[in-house]
Amino acid sequence: MSTTSFASATLDRRAVVAQLIQRVPNVLAVAGLGSSTYDLYAAGDRDRNFYLWGAMGGATMIGLGLALAQPQESVVVLTGDGEQLMGLGALATVGAQQPPNLTIVVLDNGHFGETGMQQSHTHLGTDLTAVAKACSIANAFRVQEASGLDAVVQAIQSRQGPSLAQILVKADDLPRALPSRDGVYIKNRVRSSLGLPTF
Amino acid sequence: MSTPASSPPAWQDAIYQVLKRGQIKQVGYVPDAGHAHVIRRVHADPDMRAVVLTTEEEGVALATGAWLGGQRAVLLMQSSGVGNCINMMSILQSCRIPFLTLVTMRGEYAEFNPWQTPMSKATQGAMELMGIRVQRADRAEEVEDTVEAALESAFVAGESMAVLLSQRLIGRKQWIKN
Repeated sequence: MSTTSFASATLDRRAVVAQLIQRVPNVLAVAGLGSSTYDLYAAGDRDRNFYLWGAMGGATMIGLGLALAQPQESVVVLTGDGEQLMGLGALATVGAQQPPNLTIVVLDNGHFGETGMQQSHTHLGTDLTAVAKACSIANAFRVQEASGLDAVVQAIQSRQGPSLAQILVKADDLPRALPSRDGVYIKNRVRSSLGLPTF
Repeated sequence: MSTPASSPPAWQDAIYQVLKRGQIKQVGYVPDAGHAHVIRRVHADPDMRAVVLTTEEEGVALATGAWLGGQRAVLLMQSSGVGNCINMMSILQSCRIPFLTLVTMRGEYAEFNPWQTPMSKATQGAMELMGIRVQRADRAEEVEDTVEAALESAFVAGESMAVLLSQRLIGRKQWIKN
């Protein structure tokens, strides 16, 4: 067992997300509550972004439902360690379904950034990559350097089964970047981008 | 393979037929004996996706994602699972997601296990507090129509709907193996 070293994390979460979206600009992206929602918005508002302002622990399952409904599209869940930890069982559910077009990107800073930077379970010993592998998400890997983003892009583009990238990022308290909080608007915008009516 | 020797009650097959006719594509579930037949039928249906969940709240999020992507979903659970869903149900109101759940009741009729009763008493109220309209089927002959009506309210009018399938309907649980 190796303990994840957050002290040496060098990646900036905003830069990571901006680069990812730039390289796979057509993905359907679901952002988990908190900093991940700000990161996705800071990378540029898009119709294909679904920002969560609540429902903590639900990002990966929303991504699964979307991936199953839209098998031709690539779906990316962007979330934090705290949000994923609250829905850890979802990794087992994803493993059971094996959606080829779902990539889960955990921006892991080892802390609950929204609430005062308390250490999270990943800081205290939980290895999310190992958990994902144990849940039969075979393509689970850790990224610690910018060059590691190539593997994330490849996972998104190849659609060869569910993937999980645990990206170690600095525990910075970045300025907030706030997208619309109107859930109905955000929902209908995503649906409209897929040619779907409001309901 | 463990399949029951006797054929399932007609109301259980009626539920599957209603879901099928209603174009439900994703079926999230935490198993219950009262849902077992529907779950088997869904697994055997190439046009439907059965998604076994580790906890019921996953099914609320699954239904949200399905709807974002243009598919209808349903959540099958028993009454104890409703309590696990509460905060996740916020998304149904915040994003106005059409939602349908079928809930088999425990703890309300000839219940052997007292641990089932507290959540059973709170099942309907908890969902109503979260803005979900709750309907109930007590007799076999009303199941099909009640579920069909709820499905329509959900996906035609964009409502959040639950149908409680009473424990009386499901029958007494056999605690002694014959």
